[in-house]
Amino acid sequence: MDQRALTLKGTPEGLVLHPLIGSWEEVLSALERSLNEAGSFFQGGRVILELQGQSLGEEDLQLLRALLEQHELELWAVLGGDEAVQHLARMYGIRTRLPASTPQPSTKPLGNALLSAKTLRSGQSLYFPEHITLVGDINPGAEVTAGGNIVVWGRVQGVVHAGAMGDTTAVICALDLNPSQLRIATLIARAPEEKKRRPIKPEMAMIRDGVIVAEPWTPRG
Amino acid sequence: MAGKIITVTSGKGGVGKTTTTANLSLAMALLGKRVICIDADIGLRNLDVMLGLENRIVYDIVNVIEGRCALQKALVRDKRFSELLLLPAAQTRDKGDITEDDMNRIAHQAAELADYVFIDSPAGIEHGFRYATKPADLVLIVTYPEVTAVRDADRVIGLLEASDHTPAKLIINRIKPELVRRNEMLDADAIVDLLAIDLIGIVPEDSMILAAANRGQPAVLDPHSAAGQVFLEIARRLNGEDVPFSPLKEPSILQRLFGSLK
Repeated sequence: MDQRALTLKGTPEGLVLHPLIGSWEEVLSALERSLNEAGSFFQGGRVILELQGQSLGEEDLQLLRALLEQHELELWAVLGGDEAVQHLARMYGIRTRLPASTPQPSTKPLGNALLSAKTLRSGQSLYFPEHITLVGDINPGAEVTAGGNIVVWGRVQGVVHAGAMGDTTAVICALDLNPSQLRIATLIARAPEEKKRRPIKPEMAMIRDGVIVAEPWTPRG
Repeated sequence: MAGKIITVTSGKGGVGKTTTTANLSLAMALLGKRVICIDADIGLRNLDVMLGLENRIVYDIVNVIEGRCALQKALVRDKRFSELLLLPAAQTRDKGDITEDDMNRIAHQAAELADYVFIDSPAGIEHGFRYATKPADLVLIVTYPEVTAVRDADRVIGLLEASDHTPAKLIINRIKPELVRRNEMLDADAIVDLLAIDLIGIVPEDSMILAAANRGQPAVLDPHSAAGQVFLEIARRLNGEDVPFSPLKEPSILQRLFGSLK
């Protein structure tokens, strides 16, 4: 019996079963041997049957499904094969096309961030050489200093200093950005003298053309 | 010639030290003097807020003491009077971060740059009180016409007499003439009798003080504020002028009504 009746290959989508020779009986027995050898390694996984023009009858498909089920595997997709096989697969609720893979955005790490969930009261301070993410408020008289960016899920009324080591690309974001003083790198911006009640809106502050500007966040689309 | 160093203290908290310091500093500036006020309440700074200068602070007194920046660089210029400068306290530090010698050195350095240096002392009689009064040429003791506040003022005077014999003068704050008349409040004479130090001002209760503090525009800037006018008189007395004590006026019924409507 030909050991090379099939190939099995693990992929991110699932276990790809590639039958190599015509006899379905041989394929199934080779598969059974492979699965027995693998023990519980594939257990709970899903299988993609990739045909190359071979045709399968309903019984063949059922035998495969039964064998896979014994090993706690699911026949998830049938790719290739002729019209009849495709039709059959769909009848059994097996997909015949892989879902279009969504391209993963490249996430280049920006460095480390300190995550803190605590409101900073007057006189309290927080320092981290890289980024700071704070869940909570920065009250008047409190200070937050970061070498990188500062992101606050809360209200900023104290003093925040991003890019404290001189990074002029650092930004400060908050749900309500109303600091008594805002510093990025070596620049300092202070709150306007007139304290007006203003609607709460998320903002991001950054250096643009040599001055600190704050831009409201607006939902896209 | 070096300027005069005046520390404002009280023992008890909440009697109006910072209000007094802010108003006297501005009053002196109004009189054309060069003034530096120092907030010595490290960790509980307020003077900057009362002067409306909070958002201009970059460096503080602890930065100066630790040699991170020069005194001149830490001084915050007042937005109304260019001759009034504030040396802010550090808010994220505590009183243990400075010594009596540090404060002495900084205050005398400031006195080289100004006619008057006002130091706003922390409440209490511990370390903060000691370093704030150490450099003083004159101590202003603020009290309130209530037995506990007068008791604390007495304690402070005793401590000052026991250590440096720094001259001290008394400010009685928040007198309500109508309560004094009904014998519900200690009157100024009784307080001066007990404390036996020179009185330099009796400041009437004034609702404008609170509003002024919240706006960062001390009452002395408002010619309609009775308390503000008294602070101006105190400043002139400190300046060596002979200013008679103006009689305290009870607010008329109309004024009281008007005041409560504000």
